[in-house]
Amino acid sequence: MNTTVSHLLGRIGRYVFLSAVLGFFAIPLLWLATAPFDSTPKITTSMPDFALDNFRALLDNPYAVESLLNSVWLAGGTAILVVVFAALAAYALSRVRIPGRDALLYGLLLLSSIVTGTATMVPLFELAFRLNLIDSRLGVILIMSGGLLPAAIFILKDFMDSTPTSYEESARVFGASPLQIVRHIVVPVVRPGLATVAVWAVANVWGNFLVPYLLLRSPDKAPAAVIMYTLYTEGGQADLRLLSTFSLLYSLPVVLMFIFVSTRYGFRFHGGIKR
Amino acid sequence: MAAITMSGLTKVYPNGVRALNALDLQIADGEFFALLGPSGCGKTTLLRTIAGLEVASGGTVQIGDTDVTGLPPGRRDVAMVFQDYALFPHMSVRDNIAYPLRIKKVDRRTRHGKAAETADGLGLAELLERRPAQLSGGQQQRVALARAMAYTPQVFLLDEPLSNLDARLRLEARTFLKRLQRDLGVTTVFVTHDQAEALALADRIAVMQGGRIRQVGTPVEVFRRPANTFVAGFIGSTPMNLIPATVRDGGIDVAGAVLPIPETAGEVTPGESITYGVRPEYLDYSPAERAGALSGEVVVVENLGSSSLVSLDLPGDAGTVQVVVPEGDEPQPGDRGWVVPKAGRALLYRDDELVAAPIPAQPAGANR
Repeated sequence: MNTTVSHLLGRIGRYVFLSAVLGFFAIPLLWLATAPFDSTPKITTSMPDFALDNFRALLDNPYAVESLLNSVWLAGGTAILVVVFAALAAYALSRVRIPGRDALLYGLLLLSSIVTGTATMVPLFELAFRLNLIDSRLGVILIMSGGLLPAAIFILKDFMDSTPTSYEESARVFGASPLQIVRHIVVPVVRPGLATVAVWAVANVWGNFLVPYLLLRSPDKAPAAVIMYTLYTEGGQADLRLLSTFSLLYSLPVVLMFIFVSTRYGFRFHGGIKR
Repeated sequence: MAAITMSGLTKVYPNGVRALNALDLQIADGEFFALLGPSGCGKTTLLRTIAGLEVASGGTVQIGDTDVTGLPPGRRDVAMVFQDYALFPHMSVRDNIAYPLRIKKVDRRTRHGKAAETADGLGLAELLERRPAQLSGGQQQRVALARAMAYTPQVFLLDEPLSNLDARLRLEARTFLKRLQRDLGVTTVFVTHDQAEALALADRIAVMQGGRIRQVGTPVEVFRRPANTFVAGFIGSTPMNLIPATVRDGGIDVAGAVLPIPETAGEVTPGESITYGVRPEYLDYSPAERAGALSGEVVVVENLGSSSLVSLDLPGDAGTVQVVVPEGDEPQPGDRGWVVPKAGRALLYRDDELVAAPIPAQPAGANR
């Protein structure tokens, strides 16, 4: 009897704790879902007084919609660069034996967190300035790509490693050129890895504030992450109506992309061919 | 179709391993040829060097009239079937079979027609739309063969073609492969570590050890007259009995018994130490004493199905002799038994090399 009661109490305690944790994470998301449709949103979550005025107000903001397009440009450009160069580099590193290859990879991986980190912003700014890449989308894309490439190479090399070399040798015996082998065999076989890296690169650029904030001068080139920072009322208060609505629009594309890629390819951060 | 000629072929890997050592070998046009040996003997390296996937460190490879030593794999006109079949997992069976034609820039309609035709010949017509992962091991092998056939090469190279199949399927695939090779008549070289597979499939076998060829010959030659004790021990489902012996006047002293000098043997001088070799299948077991027989005590009886493998301990330090006994005649461990070599089946080895009399009828396959 006693054990049943303590068992029951333990169970209740566990669920109460889990509910609290769940609430802690769910309420901000709930706010994101309701506040945009509330004509007078507050910092707390409440049943909205349903209205679409906020979206209209957002469309009137000269930079809001354009900034989302800018984000797409930056994220897309970076993702393409990262996927193409990481795939080629990972393939080469996986197939060619060079001394100190693993040390090189780990070294790059370690340094990559510095490249797009706060500490190197001054030298990066200096570099971009000398190369005439200030206020240029290309500058942001190149710097973001540089920061993401090592990790992307690292992830993709694992996919390449787990692709049997007999596939390529088989194609070689039939007379396929190296580029044909990459196009016909390697890329399709490691496609889940390429999709994972592309999504990961997009998400990284999408959420990055510091690099575009420092390198892009004109507000019409700024991506959404930077524009969000400007959504204040005249009084200097955060404009919760615009902010909540913009946050929703800002997060939707990434969520949709995750769902699409995940159902299409399934996320995998390691190689391995289903055979 | 073409013959393959290798001369002085050497392959040294960057880590210093000498996988092929000045190897000479001729494979005739249309022949089904086996490269047989234990793992690490260089047989796969030899196959890959013929394919061009390994670059020779020295010597030449010639296919037909062309010296292909310096040519890349795609220009040698050979097709290779890999041990894991290397079917492209993202392509259907049809696209897999048509792949060599896609590289040759044959238009889609023609290559799909050719793929369907080839698949039909191998009983794969129903499977054209499937992915390799949806096929059984035997079907995957046939798709890999079909892909190689669609290339219509001068030479087929097969790396361990049967080792990825389970035991029962392997037998079926073996028969299939032999018939297919005979029907196509294309020079085919395959690698195997399984001597039974080599004996069953090949027209000729090269037995390799340590980057060298120890014997080349037909299955009958390498089975009946192994050129050295390595081949004698490697070929056959049970290794040959190799018993230390001494030559006497008019006979050979083997573990205390005096046996006649085999008629196959060349010159021997009385008093010299020699190795007496005879296969377990070529010994007759007798429970009663017989003249010219080895005798010993039965220690192990292993059932082989329709026969048993009996091990007898010979007197002194001559070791054991194994004999295949037909069903019904099996002795019990502890019995005393006598074994007599069948006429013309015993061999003598001096310093691990066969002491052979010149063979009158057919010349022995290049003994070296």
